[in-house]
This record gives sequence, structure tokens and C-alpha cells, in this order.
Amino acid sequence: MSKIPEDLHYASTHEWVKVDENGIATVGISDHAQEALGDIVFVELPEPGAEVEARAEVAVVESVKAASDLYSPASGEIAEVNEALIDNPQLVNSAPYDDGWIYRMTITDERDLGELLGAEAYADHCADE
Amino acid sequence: MGQRTSLHDQHVAAGAKMVDFAGWDMPLHYGSQIGEHHRVRRDAGVFDVSHMTVIDVGGSDAGGWLRYLLANDVARLGAPGKAQYSLLLNHEGGVVDDLIVYRRVAGYRLVTNCATRRKVLLWLARNSPGYNVQVEERPHVAMLAVHGPNSIELACGALPPDCAGAVRQLGNFGALEHEGRLVARTGYTGELGIEVMLPGEAAGELWGKLLAAGVKPVGLGARDTLRLEAGMNLYGQDMDENTSPLAANLGWTVNWRDAEREFIGREAVQRQRESRGQGEAAVLTGLVLEARGVLRNGQQVQTDKGAGVITSGSFSPTLKQSIALARIPWGSQSCQVELRGAMTPLKIVKPGFVRFGKRIFE
Repeated sequence: MSKIPEDLHYASTHEWVKVDENGIATVGISDHAQEALGDIVFVELPEPGAEVEARAEVAVVESVKAASDLYSPASGEIAEVNEALIDNPQLVNSAPYDDGWIYRMTITDERDLGELLGAEAYADHCADE
Repeated sequence: MGQRTSLHDQHVAAGAKMVDFAGWDMPLHYGSQIGEHHRVRRDAGVFDVSHMTVIDVGGSDAGGWLRYLLANDVARLGAPGKAQYSLLLNHEGGVVDDLIVYRRVAGYRLVTNCATRRKVLLWLARNSPGYNVQVEERPHVAMLAVHGPNSIELACGALPPDCAGAVRQLGNFGALEHEGRLVARTGYTGELGIEVMLPGEAAGELWGKLLAAGVKPVGLGARDTLRLEAGMNLYGQDMDENTSPLAANLGWTVNWRDAEREFIGREAVQRQRESRGQGEAAVLTGLVLEARGVLRNGQQVQTDKGAGVITSGSFSPTLKQSIALARIPWGSQSCQVELRGAMTPLKIVKPGFVRFGKRIFE
């Protein structure tokens, strides 16, 4: 059974978001997603400063098995990317919610978060797939 | 639920992620495919390949029949105790299956693919009338492949001492039989190693001893990246019934030395040979991506001589870059692939990227 932390928001496309006290959102892929992908070998990161739209492709996670697009869970501006993933993409496998985070962004419209799933709803979503 | 090998419970106990593979429940990996891949390149791993089809061939015409059925010549095996890679061709020169044939003390053994089982058994039956042969499938035979630089030493510790002594003496493609086991220096990884066939009920004990000796279980995921690095074809992907061995980098398996030998596909492959270099001949080549990204099966490539297709593409854990096998026009000098909207150059190399843990192309 994959881990689904209670305090995160989830997209049905398997990204997670955590918003800190300064309004900065950290985005990654869920434990369920990394497990389904298998060993991750490349992460194509977005450019810091880029404007992104909610549900638009922002990054690509490539595993031995497949390439998977990552969709931004919210609209806003990329603030920072996890450069550790360039040399060590397997952090996404080993720590999808911690060291395996993918990028940080400022969110233009908080209402985007309202469209996302809570932990329980996301667990149901994974079970239905 | 699919068919299970005699080691199913051992896989589950080792934490395997089980997947369907041509109707069998097989381990994809036991946690990390890449970790298992490195284990085979650097130390020793064991694969359960009991899903492969094992077929024994006996009868007074067994040798003559296999000389007719197989593109390589079993007469070259000489005395018992040798194995040979070979192809079953159809009359059009397409590949029905690839296999290993073993010359046994009595008769021969064929090990063919799992996904082609029904087709191969039918093909053998259809082509046997007129020959005194007994063709018998051995579904209860288990098969373990132990590969890696330390594989033979560790495997020998898990085998009875008199068997181990003989295994240490085996050369590449050498084979021996010992108390119901058939052990051969064959494999699908480009590393040192052996394959052990034994009764299904004895497989658990050998598996347990291998793991106790420090050999790690390896799933089908790493098996695929290992064979791709070794430049070995996967049937159904890199070749099939519509592929000439010449377009599959397997011309070397077709044995022409005995000009009198009739074998299925001979005339067709002879014609393909004569027309080589003219028209639309294709070759299977190796490709290396220097840029970041992963080449995938089915992706189109463009060469200076026309379009081609990637038949097997993946990430090479040893080289830390993407490699592929691709079928491209004969004589191509340069090759490109579209990656994220940009045409990206690929290096064309001979199929074969890694051998004995080391990069082998220029």
C-alpha cells in the first residue's frame, strides 16, 4: 500500500502539493505514481521564472518503463527546481514527498487548490484505477 | 491468475512485484530494477526463467530433423555437452522463434520462448511427419539463470560438490548433465554465468541455497535492460515471422557450411542474401542517445537513407544514457530522433553496448 500523507493536496494525475506559511507551493509526484513508474532515470525540470497554467505539462518524469508528463496542479510562477534530481533522479522513488520534490511555485489563484483532492479522496481515486 | 512457476512463493517472500507475462505470473522486480541490473553486472543475480518452454527431442532421426528445422547446424555441436543459439525459420525466411539447442547424452533439448509456446509446438508437429522423432514438452522443468562476475563461484557453492567441479570446467556454451540437472554456460545478460534446468520440485532448494550464498533475485525488468545492453534480440520485438535473420543482425546463426543441407528457409534467406545492398534491405543496428532522455520501442527515427524504427529502447543503467536497437535502411550513416519536438542526433553503433560490465562500443 502506498503512502498518502494527510496534509497534502493531490491531483487526479498523481501530483501532490504542499503550501507553506509563505504561500510557496512545493510539487512532486505521489508514492503511488513513483511505484507505478518504477525506477526513475531522468527528470526534465521546468525553468525557474516560467509562468505555468494549472493542468498544463511542466515537467517530464522518465522511468525505465515509460515517460510520464507532470501537470502543474495550479497556475503561477516557478520559483525553484530540485536540481538534486539531475544527478540523482531516484530520489523521486526513495523519497517522493521529501527529497524527491520536483519544483516550488508561487500560486496566482488559491482557488486552484480547491480543485484538488484530499488524502482520503486521493486514496479512493488510486484504488479505483 | 496466471500460470505460476515452482518458485512463485519464493518470489512473493522476496518482495517481488508480480506481473503478467504472456499468461505467467512473473517477478518484474524485487524493489529496484536498476539495483538488480547493477547486481548482475557487478556481483551475481539469479533469475527464475521457468516460464521458458523446454522441449526434448528423441528418436533415431532427431539430429537429421533438427538439421532440417533449424538455421544453425546441430551437426556442429559434435559430442554431448554443447549448446548452440539457433533460429526456427519459416519457408519465407522469417523467424518463427529463437532458441537454444542442447546436445544431450540421449537426444536434444530445445529451450524456446514462453510467448511463442503454442506456435512453436504446432510448428514442430507440423514439420515432423516422415521423421522418426519424439517431441516432448517438459512443463515441470524449472530453469534458473545465475549471472554476474561472481555467479559461477557462488552457484558452485550451492550445487553438489561433484556437479560444481564439472561446472567450473565448462567453457562458453558448454553443458553437462548431472543427476537430473542440465547446467550450461549460456545466458541473456552479456555476463559470465550459467543456466540450470532441474525438476520443478528441486528448484526451491537451489533457489534457497543461492540466496543464502548472497546471490540476489533479479526480475524480468532488469533481464530486459541487461539483454539490451548486451545487444541481444528479444523475439516478438526485435524480430518476428516477417523479419529476415539478415535484418535482425542474426545472419551469423544461419549456417551455410554444408552446401548439401536442406533447411527450412534456406532458399528464401539465400535470395535475401543475394539481393543485399540493393533496394530496401534493412539492418538491425545499435543506437546511442548522447542527450538526456529515453528512447522507446516503436519510436520512429530518420537516417540519411530514410525512415527507421526503434525495436527496443530503454535506459542503460551501466552507461547512464539511453540505448536502443533499431531497424534502419542498409548503409545508413547518420540517424536522428524527434525528442520533445527537437530532432536529436543518435550515434549508430554495432548492436552490443556492454559486455562483462564494460562499455564495448567506440
